[in-house]
Amino acid sequence: MAGAAVAATGSSGVPGEKVDWRLAAPLGLTYLAFFAAPFAILLGVSFYADPEQTRLGFESWTKFYGDAFYLKVILDTLKLGVFAVVATTLLAYPLALVFRAASPRAQRVLIFTILMPLLTSVVIRTFAWIVILAREGVINQTLIGLGITATPLNLLQTELGLVIALTQIEMPLMLLPLLTIMNQMDQNLIDASRALGASKWRTFFKVVLPLTLPGWIAGATLVFASATTAFISQSVIGGARLVYLPALIYQQVTVVYNWPFAAVASLTLLFTVLAGIMALSWLGRFARTS
Amino acid sequence: MQQALARQLLKAAVTNSAGIAAILMPTLAAPAAMTAQPLTLDGITHSYGGGLAVDNVTLEVKGGELVALLGPSGCGKTTLLRIVAGFIQQGNGKVTIDGRPIDTLPPNRREIGIVFQNYALFPHMTVAENIAYGLAARGESREVQAQRVEEMLATVQMARFADRKPKQLSGGQQQRVALARALAMRPRILLLDEPFAALDKNLRLDMQIEIKRLQRQFALTAIMVTHDQDEAMAIADRIAVMSQGRIEQLGTPVQVYDEPATLFVNNFIGSSNLLNGQVEAAFEDGYRVALANGAVWSVVSKARFEPGQPVVVSVRPEQMLLADEPAPDRIPVTLKLSLPIGGELIHDVVSASAESIKVAIARRPGISSADMALGGTGTAYCGLADHARPALFSASNP
Repeated sequence: MAGAAVAATGSSGVPGEKVDWRLAAPLGLTYLAFFAAPFAILLGVSFYADPEQTRLGFESWTKFYGDAFYLKVILDTLKLGVFAVVATTLLAYPLALVFRAASPRAQRVLIFTILMPLLTSVVIRTFAWIVILAREGVINQTLIGLGITATPLNLLQTELGLVIALTQIEMPLMLLPLLTIMNQMDQNLIDASRALGASKWRTFFKVVLPLTLPGWIAGATLVFASATTAFISQSVIGGARLVYLPALIYQQVTVVYNWPFAAVASLTLLFTVLAGIMALSWLGRFARTS
Repeated sequence: MQQALARQLLKAAVTNSAGIAAILMPTLAAPAAMTAQPLTLDGITHSYGGGLAVDNVTLEVKGGELVALLGPSGCGKTTLLRIVAGFIQQGNGKVTIDGRPIDTLPPNRREIGIVFQNYALFPHMTVAENIAYGLAARGESREVQAQRVEEMLATVQMARFADRKPKQLSGGQQQRVALARALAMRPRILLLDEPFAALDKNLRLDMQIEIKRLQRQFALTAIMVTHDQDEAMAIADRIAVMSQGRIEQLGTPVQVYDEPATLFVNNFIGSSNLLNGQVEAAFEDGYRVALANGAVWSVVSKARFEPGQPVVVSVRPEQMLLADEPAPDRIPVTLKLSLPIGGELIHDVVSASAESIKVAIARRPGISSADMALGGTGTAYCGLADHARPALFSASNP
């Protein structure tokens, strides 16, 4: 009771008073040396006007943001992140509801199944998807064998194929936080909603969804951040036809040798991901359950 | 600290005002067109993976009656409640409300109000939104919702808390909201799942009065699940004592307490002294029993016993007395311990045959020492009080 009162009023300042900041020093210094400093350098490099880095100026920025092709790359990258979030959400919620209702034994099996993909490397999983999605791959052979289609479908090097592969690859990131919060939810709340005359769907949208939103936001943040930056999956499955920011950066650094331009693209990717995360945490403010 | 104090004061004020209101307005106009509907359970049987949780339970709850399902944990009382609510589909048997079977209806179409042990208020909604939840689900207009919410808040004395979130309320206040939320739907049946278990002891009586008042005011047929016999005795019209999925005895609180049908009911309701003995002779409405400790008692019983049969005699502690004079129906005892518990003084005495017997005697104010009650000797003779109704059970029946 007293604890709740303190938390509710936020007075007396007990939390935050006795923080020993020295505990954060090792990680803080590491970040300073290997993240903040390189970031400053990156920002500096982006203000060189030419690839040889002889002249300062805004040319790299204006070139990047003045070109419809690069703007489309930004938009495609954002879109890919959104699609991955939507697809993982649509698949994860039903599974989370099943998980909730399952016995502890079944839950252990489910958790193991969900975690298993994380035990294999992203590269291997990505190449496995090539085998599945290719013109002579598992899906096309099955469809042709069943007579559903005469000519093989183009799945590789398409956005659809990439979203399918990313959905599978990123699924654990969405599921783990969602399952955790789903399992903590009081069954009585669902029963209460049902007894008060709400249908199963109404109960889901009015009770289950709002109360599990914090878990979804954590999952969606992880999925969005890793889908937009998934260089390997994007290049291997998307191929040369689909260009996203990570591949663009790689190309500018190793092929074109235009580092100022690559720096602009890198910063753009960083802010793109950041914008997505901020949008999600802004959503999270509506999910306050207290 | 000051805020905590203010909160305490506020809580006390709220609790008090409700208690006063309960006394002042027992006949507050009941909502119109309310007729209490009877609930019938007919041969309900349910098992979980091999174990029989509910075993052929038949129970008729009359319109406007409050029946308590009383029993230890695992006796099937909660399963039975969840079957009535529709959260569990029973293996066998029928549930009918007002003569119509409801077994095929999902929980959201049964029109049953439930108050959960932990109240289960929606934490992301305000008090008013919680109360309006069921009305909105039913598709009532906003005006009807607002009007009903206001009415219910007034009924449970929570009008000032309409915009609070459940976490900002005390346990008693949360329970009032949970009641208001259930009653706003004008349910046909009210189910109460361990309604007082999560409340402070001194709040319980207030809430017991409150629930009884609302149940009467709304003319509701109600079932309460509890493991606490005092709660059941306090507010139930009838008590169904359950054990191992079956109803051991169904009766008014007085019947269950004074005439327990089985040794289980006897031991579960209240405390009692169990004394071994043997039937000596039968007479018109009972038996003469020779106790192992030497005393001979006449016990009224409707059950059938043969002379010579070993029996167990059960006597409530408050139906016994301690005397200074010996008599054929008194047991010589030595005093071990006395405890002043509330208005009673509980003496723990031991007979010559090493039986431990509890004797409860109304405590006179200021006296707490057993020696004073016994005249300082430490030995006494333990017998039946004038109004005593000892119960007789077969010794082979555990």
